[in-house]
Amino acid sequence: MDLLLNADTTAEKLLVMCVAILLFVGVTAAVLWLVDRPSLPRWVPLVGFLGPAVALLVFGLLYPAARTVLGSFQARDRQTWVGLDNYRTILTEDGFQTVLLNTALWVLLVPTVATAVGLVYAVLVDRTRFEKLAKTLIFLPMAISLVGASIIWKFVYEFKPDQPGVRQTGLLNQLLVWLGAPPQQFLLDPPWNTFFLIAVMIWIQTGFAMTVLSAAIKAIPDDIMEAARLDGAGAWRMFASVTVPSIRPAIVVVITTIAMGTLKVFDIVRTMTGGNFGTSIVANEFYTQSFPLGQPGIGAALAVALFVLVVPIVLYNIRQMKLSEEQR
Amino acid sequence: MSTSPSTRRITLALAATAAAVTLTACGGDSGSEDATAAGGDVDCSAFEQYGDLSGKSVSVYTSIVAPEDQSHIDSYAPFEECTGADIVYEGSREFEAQLLVRLQSGSAPDVAFVPQPGLIRTIAEDHPDVIQAVGEDAAANVDEYYDPSWKEYGTVDGTFYGTPLGANAKSFVWYSPAMFEEAGYEVPKTWDELMELSDTIAGTGAKPWCAGIESGDATGWPATDWLEDTMLRTAGPEAYDQWVNHEIPFDDPQVVEALDAAGAILKDDKMVNGGLGDVRSIATTAFGDAGLPILDGSCWMHRQASFYQANWPEGTNVAEDGDVFAFYLPGQSEDEKPILGGGEFTVAFADRPEVQAFQAYLTSPEWSNAKAQATEFGWISANSGLDPENLKSPIDKLAYEQLTDENAVFRFDGSDLMPAAVGAGSFWNGMTDWISLGEDSETVLADIEKSWPSE
Repeated sequence: MDLLLNADTTAEKLLVMCVAILLFVGVTAAVLWLVDRPSLPRWVPLVGFLGPAVALLVFGLLYPAARTVLGSFQARDRQTWVGLDNYRTILTEDGFQTVLLNTALWVLLVPTVATAVGLVYAVLVDRTRFEKLAKTLIFLPMAISLVGASIIWKFVYEFKPDQPGVRQTGLLNQLLVWLGAPPQQFLLDPPWNTFFLIAVMIWIQTGFAMTVLSAAIKAIPDDIMEAARLDGAGAWRMFASVTVPSIRPAIVVVITTIAMGTLKVFDIVRTMTGGNFGTSIVANEFYTQSFPLGQPGIGAALAVALFVLVVPIVLYNIRQMKLSEEQR
Repeated sequence: MSTSPSTRRITLALAATAAAVTLTACGGDSGSEDATAAGGDVDCSAFEQYGDLSGKSVSVYTSIVAPEDQSHIDSYAPFEECTGADIVYEGSREFEAQLLVRLQSGSAPDVAFVPQPGLIRTIAEDHPDVIQAVGEDAAANVDEYYDPSWKEYGTVDGTFYGTPLGANAKSFVWYSPAMFEEAGYEVPKTWDELMELSDTIAGTGAKPWCAGIESGDATGWPATDWLEDTMLRTAGPEAYDQWVNHEIPFDDPQVVEALDAAGAILKDDKMVNGGLGDVRSIATTAFGDAGLPILDGSCWMHRQASFYQANWPEGTNVAEDGDVFAFYLPGQSEDEKPILGGGEFTVAFADRPEVQAFQAYLTSPEWSNAKAQATEFGWISANSGLDPENLKSPIDKLAYEQLTDENAVFRFDGSDLMPAAVGAGSFWNGMTDWISLGEDSETVLADIEKSWPSE
């Protein structure tokens, strides 16, 4: 028993983990088996089936969320109440204003550009000979983790001076040198560096947008397309007046889903600039304030701000999901 | 609400499968291997004071990770052999953040190696019930073998918490002795001579200095060392102490002057950045790569601590007549010898006898010498019982000479003494902006002053 409570070595910790998993599986199986017998009152199976999930949500989501909200009204010692001071700080100080502005830029640009490019791409390759290959190509970045993608792009943006004996290692700067332009410090100049970071997220998300929208386009009934063609609609007219309105709910779902992912983005900024050079965004600043800087109050306030920003998007997303399902 | 028998069978089958998978996963066993003693026979007479600690174990948490951790683990062997205690070593790159998380959640290690006195203060203020005052034996060792200033760094409001462990000297300029000889340059003895030499080299069309401050989420720290070094030279040790303790504002005119002195090198395109680009490339050059242009002759001087020797590629000869070596970053005159340095401290979070004994062992000459013997290069301590003969690298010998020099004025790295919000936050960011956005000294220092946490 002592070993289970005070695991020291990696092996012991693994053993404890396994015991915990076994316990969980065992308890869940026992509960399901018990509540699954006939001739029990209605509420027993209800509690049995929902209980574990609700318990996990309470401990894993609601309790920490409540702690965070409370923490955002406290000073860094997590005891003294400071009212709205932390919120005042994150809304008024210059550094934090840059953070909020950058986050707004991310949320505006990534979903719109990724969805637009994905949509156009889906329409263009629809029912062509090389459709599968073309889709695979643009979908591949989705399989790369955000940190992996950041490291790849950090190499793409790499700067080396243009002088004898020094070779460019960054793809973009090598192209510039070939064209006769001086190499650039892409990640150093605000506000442009934020756009170069945003490009990474767009590169990753376009594949997702294209896949979902392509499926939606294929679900448009053929007779509608046929009728439009008989009425003499050209390619542009088809796209603007038939295709897009038919898949509007899907477009909204894609935009809102990407927007949620973008609001929470953290890995790209952390890996590529560490939030320096005026590129920090809310999620990165929340981590920096909470842990390295030891300002949990400010960190909590930023987390709450992020939550407040995400909620309306989530609600809208769910509503559109329902709508698009009703249409089918 | 009744399910068909088949559903139930599936449920049970699923549960069984999950259990089986888990059991298989548990079959693997990564056995822990005991570190073998570096030396064969250990003289145990010095260890009798610690008594018999068989079957006891002490957990150590630190930021020192592979490959540097092996020499630490090896250096505990004599203690483990003679007392029977078991030292469980755990290194983490996320140490600074994770230590606070562990203290918060009640899973503190027995002992932690803390590189910043400022962090000791934070812990003492935020977790007074967990942190333990230094035991008698360890305190007696520190009084006997260390300069009194080291005891002060580990003391918070009169209570002694952190005993000195390792040390490093930072006032070094790396250079290539062969290049200097070929060009007929002398190692400068005063700050003015250093600036003259820089101008001479710049006059030949070469870039005299190279620097780099990129270090992941700690980007900016090498530039704080620059400012601390120039501050010690332009304003003097007393003003430096006032600045570190916030008795004068962070943007005091003396600090502005010191930062401008650093800027005379770091922000002048004629002076930097040898082989790496213009001034702003300092912000994107990884600190570990920043000195490497010296090897191919495109840079002449690189100011960085003694531990930079670990960054030279395999096979580089670090010696007075080798490929690279370092000279002391000179003071205003030859008689003034301010030295900037840093180090780690041992802080205990348990007062069991074996923990106290281990903390005492780490402050003893026996440990410093065992550690020196187990280390190839790049480690010294300020323990006066350390025999310089045990240091294998010429640069370590030089650093140890400096740290124990009677005429030198030693000062601890200021950013490590300041509150984390400044020393590991706004100070780093401010220096990064100073380089990358070209902000002027007053603006940057005023911004950092604003971020100083109110008491």
